Amino acid sequence: MIRFLIRRCAQAVVVVLLVSIIVFGLSRLLPGGPARAILGTHATPTNIAAFNRENGLTGPLPAQYWHWLNGVLTGNFGFSYVLNQPVSSLLAQRLPKTAFLAGVSVVLAVLIAVPVGLYQAVRRGRADDYAVTTVTFVLYSTPAFWVALLLIDVLAVRLHVFPAEAPQGSFSAIFSDPGAMVLPVLTVTLVTIAAFSRYIRSSVLDELAQDYVRMARSKGTSRGAILLRHVLRNALSPVVTLLGLSLPFILSGTLITEQVFNYPGIGLLAFNAATQQDYPVLLGVVLVVGIATVAGSLLADIGYALLDPRVQLASDGGAAR
Amino acid sequence: MSIENVTTLLSAEEPAGRQEAEASGGWLWLRAFTSNRLAVAGLVVVVVLTLFSFLGPFFYHTDQIHTRIGMETLRPGTGHPLGTDDVGYDQMGRLMVAGQTTLEVAFGAAAVAVIIGVAWGALAGYLGGLVDALMMRIVDALLAIPALLLLLYLATVFRPNVLMLIIVVGLTAWLVPARLVRAEALTLRTREYVLAARTMGVRTPTLIVRHIVTNSIGTIVVNATFQVADAILVVAALSFLGLGIAPPATNWGAMLSNGLNYTYSDYWWLTYPPGIAIVLTVVAFNLIGDGMRDAFGLDTRRQ
Repeated sequence: MIRFLIRRCAQAVVVVLLVSIIVFGLSRLLPGGPARAILGTHATPTNIAAFNRENGLTGPLPAQYWHWLNGVLTGNFGFSYVLNQPVSSLLAQRLPKTAFLAGVSVVLAVLIAVPVGLYQAVRRGRADDYAVTTVTFVLYSTPAFWVALLLIDVLAVRLHVFPAEAPQGSFSAIFSDPGAMVLPVLTVTLVTIAAFSRYIRSSVLDELAQDYVRMARSKGTSRGAILLRHVLRNALSPVVTLLGLSLPFILSGTLITEQVFNYPGIGLLAFNAATQQDYPVLLGVVLVVGIATVAGSLLADIGYALLDPRVQLASDGGAAR
Repeated sequence: MSIENVTTLLSAEEPAGRQEAEASGGWLWLRAFTSNRLAVAGLVVVVVLTLFSFLGPFFYHTDQIHTRIGMETLRPGTGHPLGTDDVGYDQMGRLMVAGQTTLEVAFGAAAVAVIIGVAWGALAGYLGGLVDALMMRIVDALLAIPALLLLLYLATVFRPNVLMLIIVVGLTAWLVPARLVRAEALTLRTREYVLAARTMGVRTPTLIVRHIVTNSIGTIVVNATFQVADAILVVAALSFLGLGIAPPATNWGAMLSNGLNYTYSDYWWLTYPPGIAIVLTVVAFNLIGDGMRDAFGLDTRRQ
């Protein structure tokens, strides 16, 4: 177990380093380099040279990368010349909001998708199983922004139940106006349920076909007890891995949702940064999200190994079934 | 990355569990596919929408270049079966033109993604060892960045047109096929016929193409189908974020997002036709993918 942990952590560190190299590389992809992007098309060569000197953008690329990495490690993610703020403080303001939106939605999605998947697997091949499958299949194939706007159309415009704009301002605004959070959370939850339920259903089906289920049934354990005590527990461990791996997917969902509801999280920050050519901010978001994802899949792998003793720890690429 | 890809990845960790269906006759999978009614229905939808988009304009002539002031947001009715949009384009004709770019970008991006992914994955899996480890960590690192964020960045650096969208979307989507094919290659390279070919002196590139890739074709084709579905949704999301194709060119995602500006004005014909076209196509490709996965006997988990 210790060896597995060390191996898996070392892998995560390598991946994080690669993420940082990719982000650094992206910033060099800009036509004319970061100086041109920040100073604008009318900057003189002297200005650009001065800017490069100040920001450690001179010398060979590996040296520039090292300079930048040192900055990142000490919390210096660069400076947003558009918003006139350090990127790190922008991230600190926005990150909790996205974490809240994504966290609440994912918890809700799991709480709904797991019982639904269990129900579907038990009722497999009947009309209600097909009905649920159809709904989730269509929902999964619908662009997230359309889902959001259909919800607005029905619940905000026609029925006036919930407002169409998310709470603005500081983090505490979310709690003073919880009604305004309903539609954003509902959007991300629906999209996530659509994505998860198919997998949970097949995961439960998989478990139902196992010998231990037949064994439990033949010794007279009740159906409910088998489902809750045996099947559910075993079917949940792949869900842990699914959660860890779906972070990029969920964050893509929150990005769209934040844009629709004008919810000031990192998705909206990244979107505004992209439209205003504010590259330090956009790349800062990419870096933070990348690190969060690597950490997420690391935690998922460890959680999975702890939950499921059958996991072969020696296998390549983390936990395998 | 879509969740379909995530779940494919999760079940791809045990390629040993696949049934050796290919051995029992090359055309068996076709019969298995056609016996799946949903998959056939998906195929019919795709064919009908493709014909509608590419052949439709020959029978239904509309001007999709010049905007017409005074003709905007006409209700569906005579002359304009689906009405006109906010700048006076005939909505039905627009749906055809948009369908062309949507399908071109989706197929193109899927092709780019699959070609890069297969090459990368087959090479990593076949070579194994340190090269494999490094190549797959690069894939992990790229997978850790949400594709939409990467696309936001790339779409601001490169101005989007059809070709650019194909390349940019393809470049962010090759990671899953790479992992899938690499998993296949890891088991295939220890098979006797591969070892035999190697001892006979077959060169590595030939060996990879002839034996590794050919024997992973089921996995590749199934994933390519899901990639098409994903690309349609990704392009739609990009259009919504304002990074799509510039008018007068358009795609279904752009039409839908454009129509959504009028959510408060009840112009339902601006959103529902392109929206339904997107959902239908994505559902169809997912059904085809599911059907082929079952037909190839790739995933015994999904019943």
